Amino acid sequence: MRIGVVTFPGSLDDRSALRAIELAGGIAVPLFHAHNDLKEVQAVILPGGFSYGDYLRCGAISRFSPIMESIILAAEHGFPVLGICNGFQILCESHLLPGALTRNADLHFICTDQRVAVENVSTPWTRGYTKGEEIVIPIKNGEGSFQCSDETLAELEDEGRIVLRYVGKNPNGSRNGIAGISNKRGNVVGVMPHPEQAIENLTGPSEDGLNFFASILKEMVSR
Amino acid sequence: MGIIVVEVMLKPEILDPQGQAVASALPRLGFTFAKSVRQGKRFEIEVDGEPTDAQLAEVEKAAHTLLSNPVIENYTVKASN
Repeated sequence: MRIGVVTFPGSLDDRSALRAIELAGGIAVPLFHAHNDLKEVQAVILPGGFSYGDYLRCGAISRFSPIMESIILAAEHGFPVLGICNGFQILCESHLLPGALTRNADLHFICTDQRVAVENVSTPWTRGYTKGEEIVIPIKNGEGSFQCSDETLAELEDEGRIVLRYVGKNPNGSRNGIAGISNKRGNVVGVMPHPEQAIENLTGPSEDGLNFFASILKEMVSR
Repeated sequence: MGIIVVEVMLKPEILDPQGQAVASALPRLGFTFAKSVRQGKRFEIEVDGEPTDAQLAEVEKAAHTLLSNPVIENYTVKASN
């Protein structure tokens, strides 16, 4: 089961994501932004960081990288893609996911262990969770406030496309406390919190994030 | 030499915490005129000679695809001299 992780110039969490895939029992395949070769991976993760320096807007320049051309095309045909933090921002800029991530309401860079509820367990990335399950995984971002039009918000809610929602105080002003969403088909998921940083008790607040990686591997096996 | 100016602003309904921070800093310096502040971006694009309509149309496309995110931002394109 080959899962790719894209390294952009400025990616930070690519190695953590590769490690999480291996810990979950998959084959982790490093992919590079400047090539359009997906190396026969069966799913891809866009990791956190500050790709292309986050110049212009977060994710705005990464969207036009050669690897993203291949990923956008594949995703439109059902290929599973998970964007974490900066990866979520790239997916919004690519229009694979609706809305946009904007500056946190209090302008602070927030780095903390965050409780979130897994609300949609029908995506290939979250099938291993139970609906409504509360998990604790880190958030670390300056521009994590999810914004979209009223119509898009209603559509996301009505179609059950909120994948993760903040529990307790809304940390950053995201509309409806949204921490993660999926596309209509469910194969593309973007989350602001970092599941790859919560895979072992030694280095994270919990092991709650590991299920993202276990879920996709299980999905691939059962296909 | 001509300049084409693209100005990008967050849509009015999108929260602008940076603008709010500027608005709350002004009175601390004795500037009491501001009812509110919105912060945006300005791009100055240099072209050879006076900007042509074709160039303006190209910049318009670039503003839509790269310089702004139409989900949250509005933009204007104009020639400047």
